[in-house]
Amino acid sequence: MKRIFSVLVENRSGVLSKVSGLFARRSFNIDSLAVGETNDPDVSCMTIVSSGSKQTMEQIEKQLNKKLDVIKIKSFENWQSITRELILIKLRYNKSNREEILTICTLAGARVVDAGKRTMMVEMCDTPEKVQMLLDLLSGISIAEVARTGTLALQRCVDTEH
Amino acid sequence: MNGADAVAKCLELEGVKTVYGYPGVAICPVYDSLMETGIHTVLVRSEANAAHAASGMARISGEAGVCICTSGPGATNLITGIATAYADSIPLVCITGQVKLDLIGGDVFQEADITGAAESFVKYSYLVRKASDIPRIFREAFHIATTGRRGPVLIDIPVDVQNTEIRKFEWPEEVNLRTYKPTFRGNPMQIRKVVHALETCERPILYTGGGVHLCKAAPLVREFAEKYRIPVVSTMMGIGTMPSRHELYMGMAGNNGNLAANKAIHDSDVVILVGARLADRAVNDPQKMLAHKTLIHIDVDPAEIGKNAACDLPIVGDARAIFEDMLKEEITMKDITPWSMALREIRQKKSRRVVPERFTDPAVFVKTLSLAMDENAVYVADVGQNQIWSCANVVMREGRFLTSGGMGTMGYALPAAIGAKMADRSRQVVSVSGDGGFQMAMMELATMNQEDLDLRIVVFNNAALGMVREFQMFSLNRRYTMVDLNGGPDYEKLADAYGIRYMRIDDNEGIEKKVQEFLSGTGSVLLEVTVDPDGVVRKAGGSK
Repeated sequence: MKRIFSVLVENRSGVLSKVSGLFARRSFNIDSLAVGETNDPDVSCMTIVSSGSKQTMEQIEKQLNKKLDVIKIKSFENWQSITRELILIKLRYNKSNREEILTICTLAGARVVDAGKRTMMVEMCDTPEKVQMLLDLLSGISIAEVARTGTLALQRCVDTEH
Repeated sequence: MNGADAVAKCLELEGVKTVYGYPGVAICPVYDSLMETGIHTVLVRSEANAAHAASGMARISGEAGVCICTSGPGATNLITGIATAYADSIPLVCITGQVKLDLIGGDVFQEADITGAAESFVKYSYLVRKASDIPRIFREAFHIATTGRRGPVLIDIPVDVQNTEIRKFEWPEEVNLRTYKPTFRGNPMQIRKVVHALETCERPILYTGGGVHLCKAAPLVREFAEKYRIPVVSTMMGIGTMPSRHELYMGMAGNNGNLAANKAIHDSDVVILVGARLADRAVNDPQKMLAHKTLIHIDVDPAEIGKNAACDLPIVGDARAIFEDMLKEEITMKDITPWSMALREIRQKKSRRVVPERFTDPAVFVKTLSLAMDENAVYVADVGQNQIWSCANVVMREGRFLTSGGMGTMGYALPAAIGAKMADRSRQVVSVSGDGGFQMAMMELATMNQEDLDLRIVVFNNAALGMVREFQMFSLNRRYTMVDLNGGPDYEKLADAYGIRYMRIDDNEGIEKKVQEFLSGTGSVLLEVTVDPDGVVRKAGGSK
């Protein structure tokens, strides 16, 4: 099973390595990891997507809770949350494939954000699944560079309002 | 007052009386400041042993053990000791010197990223950046080490931070960590469910681990067992919860445990697991073994519950607090006498193992030794065959049994015995090692002498690494390699070199008298016990 962990941690040096080290030491998977400061500058939010057995998911939460730099953990499944990922793709293009690229981008909802004579940069922010779809569609075309943020997620409003 | 003075003052305020360590330039300011306090400093001969000695002290005193070492190699040498304490949840505060703050990361002389290197073996670690943080950090560190699931906490202090003047020493009245609030009392609803499970069961057992000793719950667990006549088995770390010859005690369970204990687990319908984690050596396949029975798991660490086996009824909290509450309940049990009587019968069966004629029989020796020891003596076993012989044959009364259970660190016994003795000099302390483990720690004979300690030291000599040799015997078709210890030393000369008494036992004749002599008088004694290199610990767990 896949599970998303939204982990609030103390915004101190070394915390990222402590948390990722825990995953490495106990052989937990990290499918995606995204970190950023929250509205409180002393607190960072780590969004970790992991997959494995139900028992492993339970252990991840318990072991994270033992870390003294971890303030709070929410864990949920994909359907219980809004997930987003940002991707930047640099493509080599020429006359013959330029139209195809633009069609794919229009279909997928991606935007061209920069262009030179031989390369252009495409941006998309959507669910991780859609982002992967765009990447798959463009994979037949010459991709020069790719950067992705990893998954960001927050639990759906209706589930957190009571 | 500078940072180092603040460290010394913090240790005084925490009630620390003894610290173990090894100096170096990066920690010199702290040792200098300690001279102004009443704190006794013990110079060990190798850093890992500072942590082992602090561990031995912590396990007897119930308070955090403290060790202080220098940066770089001093700190990295300490790691094995820290990891050993972590595996057995022993409360330690380990202080290391570090290079100057602005040199960190420059690969300068004797620099090691110790907080990074030790991360997976510590409960928490600090790199002190401001001297004024020292009081808060030390207050927190002692709190973290000695509450919840105990464990080592590391404080790394750059040498310039130790030398920085601080204007005001602010000692926090209490510790308030928003991310650390261990559960102490057990949930009353869960306790009610335990009562119900006990009222409806027919074959209950209590299965106790090292956690019982760590929170001083042993007397309460015993009282509970006696009140309801529930049979008790223990893990290696739980030895001593019950006197060995107590009618309700069925011995140590597990791979190296005895028949009655394993049968008790196998045939039971309710298992109350207390402060144990169903480690791989204690229960081969916990999931399978515990199927079709109710597992009640009492542990202070919620992550242990359900980690190695699915649990039916978890209670998170301090075992002492939980048993205080459970003893207030009036439980109407079914008649479980047939169950405990049946186990008792198995427990009393005579062992069928053959006693070797040419060498000393380790089983006979351990039994004789432990019966001759003071009632409240501390028996410290090392790691290897000597440990299994000890576990299986030691006769516990009101004393303590210490060993490195989780990590299995060879060389633990002698330094841990030093710490145990320093925690309570009135108690008899016996260190039992094999010749392999002893040679990993024998430099500490000097520490023992320097501190004027009276230890009784047993070395089982089979001129081999017995446990590995036994593995090669059974699993690798007797292809022996890397197990011969033929380079000496001559233990009589070694004892002489350190100026301590030497004795030797070569066979089982007159063993009681010799053991009496070994334990009598004053001053440390090194006792060499020659044992059969072909001796095996399989089925070591006979009866008592």
